[in-house]
Amino acid sequence: MAMWELIKANKRKSVILFLSMGASLILLGYLIGAAFFPPSGGMTGLFVALCIWVVLSLISYSSGDAIILSLSKAKEVSHDVHPQLFNIVEEMKIAANLPYMPKVYIIPERAPNAFATGIKPEKSAIAVTAGLLSSLNRDELQGVVAHEMSHIVNRDVLFMTFAGMLLGTIVILSQVFLRGLWYSSGSSRRYRSSRSSKGQGQAQLVIMVVAIVFAILAPILARLLYFAISRKREYLADASSVRLTRYPAGLASALKKISSTSVDLSSANKVTAPMYIINPLKPKGRRVSNLSSTHPPIKERIKILRSMMHGANYSDYQKAFSRVKGKPSGIIPASGLRETGVIPIRKAYVEKEAKRGKKKGMRDVGDLMRAVNKYAFLACVCGLKIKVPPNFRKPRIPCPRCGRQLEVPLAELAAVTAAAESAMGEKGKKEAEQTGPEVSSYIRKGKGWETFSCPCGRSLQISPSFSASHIVCNSCGRKTEIKG
Amino acid sequence: MWKWILLAVIVIGAFFLVGIYNALVRLRNRVKNAWSQIDVQLKRRHNLIPNLVETAKGYMTHERDTLENITKARGQAVSAEGMADKSKAESALGGAIGRFMLVVENYPDLKANQNFLALQEELTSTENKIGFARQSYNDQVLFFNNKIQMFPSNIVAGMFNFKAGEFFEIEEKEAREVPKVDFS
Repeated sequence: MAMWELIKANKRKSVILFLSMGASLILLGYLIGAAFFPPSGGMTGLFVALCIWVVLSLISYSSGDAIILSLSKAKEVSHDVHPQLFNIVEEMKIAANLPYMPKVYIIPERAPNAFATGIKPEKSAIAVTAGLLSSLNRDELQGVVAHEMSHIVNRDVLFMTFAGMLLGTIVILSQVFLRGLWYSSGSSRRYRSSRSSKGQGQAQLVIMVVAIVFAILAPILARLLYFAISRKREYLADASSVRLTRYPAGLASALKKISSTSVDLSSANKVTAPMYIINPLKPKGRRVSNLSSTHPPIKERIKILRSMMHGANYSDYQKAFSRVKGKPSGIIPASGLRETGVIPIRKAYVEKEAKRGKKKGMRDVGDLMRAVNKYAFLACVCGLKIKVPPNFRKPRIPCPRCGRQLEVPLAELAAVTAAAESAMGEKGKKEAEQTGPEVSSYIRKGKGWETFSCPCGRSLQISPSFSASHIVCNSCGRKTEIKG
Repeated sequence: MWKWILLAVIVIGAFFLVGIYNALVRLRNRVKNAWSQIDVQLKRRHNLIPNLVETAKGYMTHERDTLENITKARGQAVSAEGMADKSKAESALGGAIGRFMLVVENYPDLKANQNFLALQEELTSTENKIGFARQSYNDQVLFFNNKIQMFPSNIVAGMFNFKAGEFFEIEEKEAREVPKVDFS
């Protein structure tokens, strides 16, 4: 119940910010129209601006989820690929009282990160990277999944999509206007002054100047508003995550682990960046100014979570927030704070974290990527695990260690490749051809032999004498940059 | 004139009655739905235990008691009827599982068994799901009971014999007992 009121109040605040963005779009459209086509062009400009926004919003409403998931190269997985992830998503679904089970996606990348989509709640999805799964323990993963689940429950995705489209329209309009002005400045003014009287010309000049100033300012203003909405919602999702899991330390240490990674998320870009739990594009070491960021500073988020000691309620988060920031916050709407009763913080599940070497971690990521890409796993009697790519076509394979002949489940592999091809279809194939080989990156750790896996799942090896800038995968043709 | 006023009062009263009645039914259905969520998870836990015992048997030769306790507690939980009995039996089962998990720490071979690890993950997750489902069930029961006891809906509840829901409590003995300190 409280959750629903909270969403409503949250909506109201964001709606105000949203409306101010809408107002600047309308004003911009009107001014541009008035400047270009006097005297009655204002309404035309306004109409065109709204049309662009409606078209963009309709596209993103109907297929935004699919676009984002395919941009990030996420693959839908079943319970068997990673039972723990699947279980945790289901736990959080129960905790959040969500009527639908979100789909679970894994992104075959080493950088730890996660995001949620779900413009329509019944089609929501949670995507996490393979690197996240191998580096977090159960409690931490639960914190991250709860954060994403809160985005779904709070309807953040829908809201951020429409706000993003508003921002996009404003940027497009002002760019077109300013560039158009640059190329046609001389001719149009001469043409206008010859037709209109002196008084009208002056009024026209004023409108022109106002339009130019506004076209420069509007995108900046809209961006700041957009970022303000986005940051607010990140804090709220953190607070809801704690309330769902009742374990703030889990999310805190997950955020720490995610932010201290040295691997880049190569499939993230400017469009998808605001969706992730931690901004994947932030250059390391740079202090991000508060106003121009989609995410709140990670250190503060961790500090707030770590200073929650007495309970996992919204009011506890609020208290911790004011203590850390030194000012009262408007993050949690009043209805969330009215909740009475203490929700105690629970104990950790994982008491002793299994010590795992780096090598084991890397191998886990590789195995997970292969599982996502539908590799067949053959266990040999000698203890070796052999991974067979789905396009493998020989009926038997010798074990590299003991030489025993192993049967390859050809029928299974063939079914997988056939399904992948039919799912891709003609359109997908064309896209794949256009985009060409993709580029990912790997950072060398030392000077010796090193093995890592290509996003397609194949193992790649670099020798101590390797000195080129990139390596090309033999089975999928992807380029992987070698850094360091 | 008086007739009309009387009629209006009756009609408005009837509307109120219907509204309150419907609200009560809605809340009661929510409680039922929340209970079925718990029930699904409890059944899941019951189904997992025989597999768990079977897997552990080979490794835990010296822990016959622990395994028997778990099996017995499961049998009682499966056959328990009524909310009070169920709460009791399920918390006993939870305790038995907890003790079992503590004992497992002494058997590294068992902990390395792939099959056992998968079962353990399923069991942990089921315990969590029971916890979360229980929380939302108790929330719903609280809303329903408040509605039944508060004026004016308590009158309607009395007329149509709505009975207060029972909370599903699981006793966590370790959490409530004060730890004993022994310096001898």
